[in-house]
Amino acid sequence: MILLLLILIPLLTGALTFAIKGAGAKIFAFISTLCTLAISVFISGSTNGTNLSYQTEWLPELGARFSLYSDGLSGMLCLLTTIVTAVVILSNLNKEVERPNAFYGLILLAQTGLMGVFLAGDALLFYFFWELALIPVYFLCSQWGGERRIQVTFKFFIYTFLGSLMMLAALIYLSIQTQGLRSFAWQDIVAAGNHLPVDQQVWVFALMFVAFAIKMPIFPFHTWQPDTYEQSPTPVTIILSALMVKMGLYAVLRWLIPVLPAGVAYWSGSVIMLSVIGIVYASCIAIVQTDMKRLIAYSSIAHMGLMCAVAFTHTSVGMHGVILQMFNHGINIAGMWLIVSMVENRWGTRDMTKLGGMASSAPRMAIAFVIISLASVALPLTNGFIGEFMMFNGLFGTTQCEHLTMVFAGLGVILGAVYTLNMIQKTTYGETVAMNVAADMSLNELLGVVVIVGAIIFFGVYPKPLLDMTASVANMLVK
Amino acid sequence: MNAIYAATVFGIIMMFAGLLTNNKKIVGALAIILMAGLTCIAGYDIMIAQLNEPQLLYNNMLKIERFSLVFNVLMIGCTFLYFLLMHKDISKVGVHQSEYFALIFFVLCGMMLLSTFNNMLMLFLGIEIISIPQYILAGSDKHNLKSSEASLKYFLMGAFSTGILLMGIALLYGATHSFNIKDFASMLHTEALNPLGLAGIIFLIVGLSFKVSAAPMHMWTPDVYDGTPTPFTAFMATVAKSAAFFAFMRLFHVALIDISVHWVMIIAIITAATLFIGNITAVFQQSVKRMLAYSSVAQAGFMLFAIVAVNAVSWHTVLIYSVAYSVATIGIFSVLVKLKDYTYDGFNGLAKKEPVLAFAATIFLFSLAGIPLTGGFMAKYYALLAVVQMQQGQFMWLVIFALLMAAISVYYYFRVITAMYFKQGDAELTTTVTATDKLLLILTCIIVLILGIAPQILLAI
Repeated sequence: MILLLLILIPLLTGALTFAIKGAGAKIFAFISTLCTLAISVFISGSTNGTNLSYQTEWLPELGARFSLYSDGLSGMLCLLTTIVTAVVILSNLNKEVERPNAFYGLILLAQTGLMGVFLAGDALLFYFFWELALIPVYFLCSQWGGERRIQVTFKFFIYTFLGSLMMLAALIYLSIQTQGLRSFAWQDIVAAGNHLPVDQQVWVFALMFVAFAIKMPIFPFHTWQPDTYEQSPTPVTIILSALMVKMGLYAVLRWLIPVLPAGVAYWSGSVIMLSVIGIVYASCIAIVQTDMKRLIAYSSIAHMGLMCAVAFTHTSVGMHGVILQMFNHGINIAGMWLIVSMVENRWGTRDMTKLGGMASSAPRMAIAFVIISLASVALPLTNGFIGEFMMFNGLFGTTQCEHLTMVFAGLGVILGAVYTLNMIQKTTYGETVAMNVAADMSLNELLGVVVIVGAIIFFGVYPKPLLDMTASVANMLVK
Repeated sequence: MNAIYAATVFGIIMMFAGLLTNNKKIVGALAIILMAGLTCIAGYDIMIAQLNEPQLLYNNMLKIERFSLVFNVLMIGCTFLYFLLMHKDISKVGVHQSEYFALIFFVLCGMMLLSTFNNMLMLFLGIEIISIPQYILAGSDKHNLKSSEASLKYFLMGAFSTGILLMGIALLYGATHSFNIKDFASMLHTEALNPLGLAGIIFLIVGLSFKVSAAPMHMWTPDVYDGTPTPFTAFMATVAKSAAFFAFMRLFHVALIDISVHWVMIIAIITAATLFIGNITAVFQQSVKRMLAYSSVAQAGFMLFAIVAVNAVSWHTVLIYSVAYSVATIGIFSVLVKLKDYTYDGFNGLAKKEPVLAFAATIFLFSLAGIPLTGGFMAKYYALLAVVQMQQGQFMWLVIFALLMAAISVYYYFRVITAMYFKQGDAELTTTVTATDKLLLILTCIIVLILGIAPQILLAI
């Protein structure tokens, strides 16, 4: 029942928000996100590894049920979703947007879709929420984005929609292979997938992987991503990069790796290769960017590439690292975008060649920026470290790819340090006349950043709660 | 089959009502009441029929089956919805309003023959009864050159294709010595396929493809749909087309199902061509009305999935697809008809001016594009399911191709949404939008959403 609340609260409050005129909308939306945050904290805190589920009849003709299911992985991602959405709205409280009721209503609806994706225990329901998460984002980007927003969002939408249709075909194919009555339940899909002959697993895998690769995004399906991140309004960019790309990775872990073991074995070498190409390629492009948003967008491709590569290495420690890193990357990149949006609001530009001297004019912001950046390059004692350490451990322990590939993947870390530190250097230090007049963070922005930095340091020093929560899932995935 | 009589009688009543009054409100109200009556009668037909075993009527001319009756009531229901949403616009087309309504009743009469035919003669009669009123409706805006052109073009091409259809029937008769579709099944599959029979089947495919505007027999569609007065395009593209579709389905899945190996590949290729031409050409249109004409070609491609898939799901597909597609298309046309400028730019800024209209149009376009939670998604879902279920996944190439095309369709449907919501402009309307209009549009949206969440209610009728 409590799982149903996680979906119903954002859905109903999201619909209600449309009706609220004026500034009340954002307060209302904020309260709603706090409620879901409280519930998801309660779920992660109180269940101690027991799995929750909820089921009811939905489409008996098709064998689809409205079934929600939560284990450590789902619980962790719900926690991430609720934290990030709350922080997004919190740090936006002092800003004015056009038509706030529609803006915040759509954000809550996007949250509904995300929650549904992470909780769905039925393939058709999963597909429904997968699309439902996309539609509000389409409207948010097209309406409140930058000047090239319409074409860019269009491209993004068509890309992801095409991917989802491929996934739909694969899911239908799997569902008619289930034993006895047709069914979309996760267990039945897993059983059906495992029974498929190898040649069929190979192409079903290809159909599903395209959908997930577009979402993550994995090279060469990534071309929508930098433009979309750049053109979206920052709150939406945060939702996209911290949460929606995790949908792709989550789907790989939940609906691909357990379902099609032979397909995974057949393709994992290629997937790792593509991911590693993506890491090096995106890192190299990130180094020459001058726009902060584009730099972070490319860095995100590199980080997701690493996670995807490790997800296919089939090692327990690597898998555990990936799951942990999904949470950490979400927190870190949300922090990055928050800082970028503050910079843009204050100095009217994201061009790093025109910025500089943040440390002297806005010291608190600079400190936060440095901490978040260091977490993003995985310095020890930040949350990024433990995840990345485990991932490389897995990558070097695997037999799925050549050692040279791993070396190139490792190169990504070095390149990551190059562009991230370069960004800090250019924006935080040095002197620029334009930087001198600006206020430091306001109270709500400070609170948002404190939550992020707090999470970075807490999980960097003491990652045990997250590790315990997800250990059983990681073991299940490599079994 | 009381509904066939009722449709005929109501059509005649509508025709004579034109003698008594020319008041638009009275004529419109009468049409709506009669259509509501017809819906009830069609529903009553289902109640009294013994659905477990098919009944034969009129010396085996018609065969009443469960799916036929359900299809009838659903399509009559769609026409009722169409009258509710558009009766004012229908009356505005010209001075002979009561005749327009009468013709639509006659089309429904033909539809009921098509959904129950058991004899090729009835197929032919049904096709003619739905076609002739449509030729007249296409030309109903007499002072508009484009409307006359549409009518003439439709008539010439329609007559030609009916000729081909007739030829097919004749050849099939030559092969089987019978007009009864039950005999085809037994006579065609006993021996190696008779060449006359095969030629007849190909002629039938061509003739019926024309009626459902499947490529490459679709050439008439854009010009005719574009030239026809918009309210009638809405009807022609939905109920009339679905009726022809059901006949197609019935002929091939009842009469010729045992020899499906001989025709299924032809239909599959036609399907792929229809999807390709419909979707690709729609992308390049500048007028929304013309885009919808091509989109109706593209949607016919998805409906053809039901014919390709030789299994039980395909009957569900044809029902759900017809209804979902018809409701959404009628809805989007009822929005279009209120606009002055039919180009994409004509929709600019509609969301600011008429939020309800824009919201409803968005839901209908979502449905046409096949976004989940709308009827269109479920329709596409059933279509895919039917084909994926065929043994050894032999038509998976068609499924993948159709999905690529569905992704393209998002492009042109969403262009309208982009224009309404994200572009600045002052979408000019021809009429004021009353509260009733808004209420009806919202109601239609709810129907679309219900179809998307619980499509099984259609199958449970």
